[in-house]
Order: sequence, then C-alpha cells, then structure tokens
Amino acid sequence: MASITLEGLKKTYAGNVDAVKGIDLHIEDGEFVVLVGPSGCGKSTLLRMVAGLETITDGTLKIGDRVVNKLEPAERDIAMVFQNYALYPHMTVYNNLAYGLKNRGFKKDEIEKRVRIAAKMLEIEDFLERKPRKLSGGQRQRVAMGRALVREPAAFLFDEPLSNLDAKLRVQMRVEIKQLQRRLKTTSLYVTHDQLEAMTLGDRLVVLSAGQIEQVGTPMEIYARPATMFVAGFIGSPAMNMVPVEYLHARGSNGLLDNLPDGTDIVGIRPDDMHLTPPEGPHLIVQSTLELFEAAGAESHLYVRLADSDQPTVIRVSGQPPVAEGETLRFHVTRNTLHPFNSTTGKRTGD
Amino acid sequence: MVENRPWANFFAHTVLIIGVALVIFPVYIALVASTQAPGDLLRGTMPLLPGSHGIENYKLMWQSGVSTANSPPAAKMLWNSFVMAMAITVGKLSISLLSAFAIVYFRFRFRMFFFWLIFVTLMLPVEVRIIPTFQVVADLKMLNSFAGLSIPLIASATATFLFRQFFMTIPEEMLEAARVDGAGPLKFFKDILLPLSVTNIAALFVIMFIYGWNQYLWPLLITTDPNYTTIVMGIQRMTAEENPQWHLVMAAVVMAALPPVLVILFMQRLFVKGLTETEK
Repeated sequence: MASITLEGLKKTYAGNVDAVKGIDLHIEDGEFVVLVGPSGCGKSTLLRMVAGLETITDGTLKIGDRVVNKLEPAERDIAMVFQNYALYPHMTVYNNLAYGLKNRGFKKDEIEKRVRIAAKMLEIEDFLERKPRKLSGGQRQRVAMGRALVREPAAFLFDEPLSNLDAKLRVQMRVEIKQLQRRLKTTSLYVTHDQLEAMTLGDRLVVLSAGQIEQVGTPMEIYARPATMFVAGFIGSPAMNMVPVEYLHARGSNGLLDNLPDGTDIVGIRPDDMHLTPPEGPHLIVQSTLELFEAAGAESHLYVRLADSDQPTVIRVSGQPPVAEGETLRFHVTRNTLHPFNSTTGKRTGD
Repeated sequence: MVENRPWANFFAHTVLIIGVALVIFPVYIALVASTQAPGDLLRGTMPLLPGSHGIENYKLMWQSGVSTANSPPAAKMLWNSFVMAMAITVGKLSISLLSAFAIVYFRFRFRMFFFWLIFVTLMLPVEVRIIPTFQVVADLKMLNSFAGLSIPLIASATATFLFRQFFMTIPEEMLEAARVDGAGPLKFFKDILLPLSVTNIAALFVIMFIYGWNQYLWPLLITTDPNYTTIVMGIQRMTAEENPQWHLVMAAVVMAALPPVLVILFMQRLFVKGLTETEK
C-alpha cells in the first residue's frame, strides 16, 4: 500500500513529439483514480510510465516515499492488468498466477496459499489447471486480475482492462473491480476512454487531453462543473450542447442572460436540461426543427437544428414524446443549468 | 463439405494412387534389391520380388562393410552421420534462436545492419564458400574431426529469419507482463519464448536434421580417415568401385533412409500438436 506522486512528469518521443506534457498528480493511499480521455491523449503512456514500461523524459515519480524513475517494473512493487490480458498461453492458470511469485523467490506453500486465496476471491478455482485458451473472455479477464492480486502490490495499474469484453460482461466486471478495490483498499490507477466506466469506478477522475490535465475531481464534481469546454464535451452522453450567447440574446432572453460572468460568449447545456414542457419560474425558449428521433427505451434522443442557425443539438427526454421528424419544437431551459464558457480560452468563466 | 460426385471421387483417387505409386516404386526396388544374392542384380532382368538373402546382406553391411571400397561398417557410418547431423541441428537451432532473440528484443547499435548481414549470408551456401572455408578449417586443425564436419555448417540465416518472424508475432504485452512479473531477459527467453516456439523448433529440427544427414560434398572434402566416414560418403564410395556390389549398396541405402524417417515420425507429434493449439 502506498501513495503515488507525479511531479512534472513528461514524455517526449523521438522527433520531439510530446506525448505527456508535464503532469502533477497525487494519488492517496487506497484511492481509486481513473485517467480518462480520448485516444491519443497520453493516458496509456502516462500509466506505462508509472509501470516502468516507458522511460520518463523529465519529472519525478514517487511510489510511497521512494523515487522510482529509474527502477525496473518488477522493482516498483506494482501489478498491471493489460488490455489483451497478456496471459502466458503455454502455462496453466495456476502457473500464470504463480509465475510472478516464483520469480520473486517465494516458498512453494506460500505461493500455493496466495494463489488459492486469489482464485477463490475471483471465482476461478475450477479453472486453475486449465490453459488460458480454454477460458472465455470474462474468465481470462479474471485470471489477468488474479495475476495482479496474488502479488499484493503497493498499487494496481489497469490499462483499459474491460475494452475486450462484451457490453453485458463489461458492466458486471466493472462492478466486481469496484467491489474488489473497496475490499482490498489497494491504490489503483485505471485508464479508460469510456466515460461511463470512468464515472462509475473512480473515487477521482483525471480528464486528460493532448498530454495535459484538463480537470481533476470526483465524478460528480466534474459532471456538475466541467472546468473546460473539452471536459464538458467529453464527460456526459450525449455530449453537452454548446450554444453561442449571441444567438440566445437574439432570440429574446427575458433578461436571464444579463448576469452571466464576464467573458462568457458560449454556454453549455446538457441534453437532459432542455425540456419540452415549460418548467416553473423564468426560463429561455428555443425553437428548433426535429431532424432525427432516436428511441432508446426508457429515454429518447432528439437530434434538432436550432431555428435560423445550423447548430446541431441533442436533447434527451424520458419516455417517448409524441413528436414527428420535421416538426418544429420549442424547448425550455432554466438559467441555473447553463454552463458559461469563453470560447477563446476554452475555460469556464465562473458559476 | 458435403459432396456426392462419384466420378470426381474416382478421378481424384486415381491421380493420388498413381502419384503414390510413382514415389513408392523406387523405394520398393531398393528394398527388393537389398535382399538378393551377390550376382542376382547383374543378370540383366531386375527381380521384382524379395529374395532370400535379406538378413545376411544387412548383417554383412552392418558389421563389416565393404573394405575393398574403403567403406567401414554401416553401424559406424550411421553413427558418424547421426553425430554430425545432430551437432548441426542442435547448433543451428541454438544459435539462430539466440540471434533472433537478440535482434527482436534488444535495441543495440547497428541492429538492422547485423540483421541484414545475417540475411545476406543466405546467398552464400556451403558450395560457394567451400574453398576458403576448407582453408580456415584446415588452419584450425579441424580436418578429420566432428568439429570440422559440423561447425562450418552451423550458422543459419534461414532459421534466424524464421524465428525472428515468429518472435515478432508474439504480442509485446507478453514481454511487458513478464517484466512486471520480475522476469529478466534470459528468464523471459527460457520460460516464455522457448515454450511458445516449440512448434517452430520441431519443424526446423526436421528440416535441419535432414540437411545435416544429407551433407555430401563437405564431409567428402574434409575427412580422409574412415573413422569419420558418413553413410552418404560410404554409399558413394561403394558405387564408385569397379564392380559395385549392388545388393550391399541397396542395404546401405535403406539403412541410410531410416533415421530421417524416424526423426520425422517423432517430431511430427510435436508439430501436429502445435498446429492445433493455435493461440497467442
């Protein structure tokens, strides 16, 4: 068990490509932190730097109180779960779990004990004598986790461990990973591009873009108060709509937009904050044309185009409202659901 | 595939049977010839049924050989061939495994240069470089020795190249997982690369063994001592006599053909097993 501290961590590849541009982050002992961002944002590189699979160009990395910049992965006291599991195909599940312990010179009965405990925890006891190819995707995933568990490391590193599973299994494993981490209280760093996975798993999220941190916070903090337009667009599905303030002014704002913070020229509105029926109290009214109606069971997504503008916008409503494609609709938005941004800096202006 | 075309079946089988017969017939003739009495093969008509001198011919060949042709007993020659072929095979496999491992997994200076250097030697088979190689072996006093027979033939660009291609198909995460699991380079090689390469090793073992077993020109050149005569050389010497004793030559031929067959039969289990376990 240990905390992980990143100070000004940088990675520059040959040809002056900056993959990670100076990351400062402190992960508390026992905390579950999720790195989330679009592909190519440097999140995997960052994780691999912590693991010791990529060299660190600049900055300091501490696990516990130890600076581990130059240590081999095996000496860092971490365990990693890979996206494609990377199980050893010629070894039985038992040997897959035991290999790391054997290399560290553990006694035979100690290995046996630890493997049994991990296997029991992950419910893979019945497969211990099988080879990985005889297992299903979900079972392989468990073995990969088991390989990390038996080591009892200071930290777990997960590199998109669920992205090879089907949707149903992914949800199930997500819950199990969360429960396991709660029980073991081992510091964990988890990389994913799936914002739903990030929201549900992490104690804290780190949203990355182009090798830099956009925002750090609890999932709800980030959802309720995205610090940049990038985070606003990335977290939440369907993505937040961005509407220029000028446009809303021109439609008649009832004075509702007068107290927006200085520098605000664009506002974000979550798809679920646009209502078909007028809410109580003062609100804005927006006219739009329905272009596509997408029924998704409990909720529906309305893809609309705002009147006198080519701005595509998504609206989420519960149930199936009686609307037809091509119809003109009116939407109602209250002031407190607006997220004010400045489009030049990309940053939130206040509120 | 479900198919019911009797004529196609018939046609296919006829072609196959003719093909098999063409391959089997010379082998059958060799077997038959090796069981005849000394003068039987020189009478003009080739007997097509086995004679009654089989055991006697094989025994003679195995125990005493044909001394007039300077050909030692077959037992000795087979042993020599076996030692040479095994030395070449094991040597080739170990060297090419190690060099492929170095080329794929280590980033050293001039890596690609060395890879191409190895690759270019494919263009230089023994026959092309035979005179300088002979000179080197002679200077190193390795004439008339197993070392001289096998060492110059050990370096193998083909096997290095094949192992390199195979290693590159192993996902990089495997190496990374092993590193996180605390395995150093040699441990990774021994515990993970070698077991995964078993199929390739078995296939190459067969090819290399037959290559070593069939060496003709090189042993002919560097050995003069009958103690190092290989079976292939022995057969050549027996046929070069004024009046070759064909029944004994054929007995030697049959014996010479057996070890490669045994190696294939033994190794086949390994690579058939490997091929059905396709999993990375």
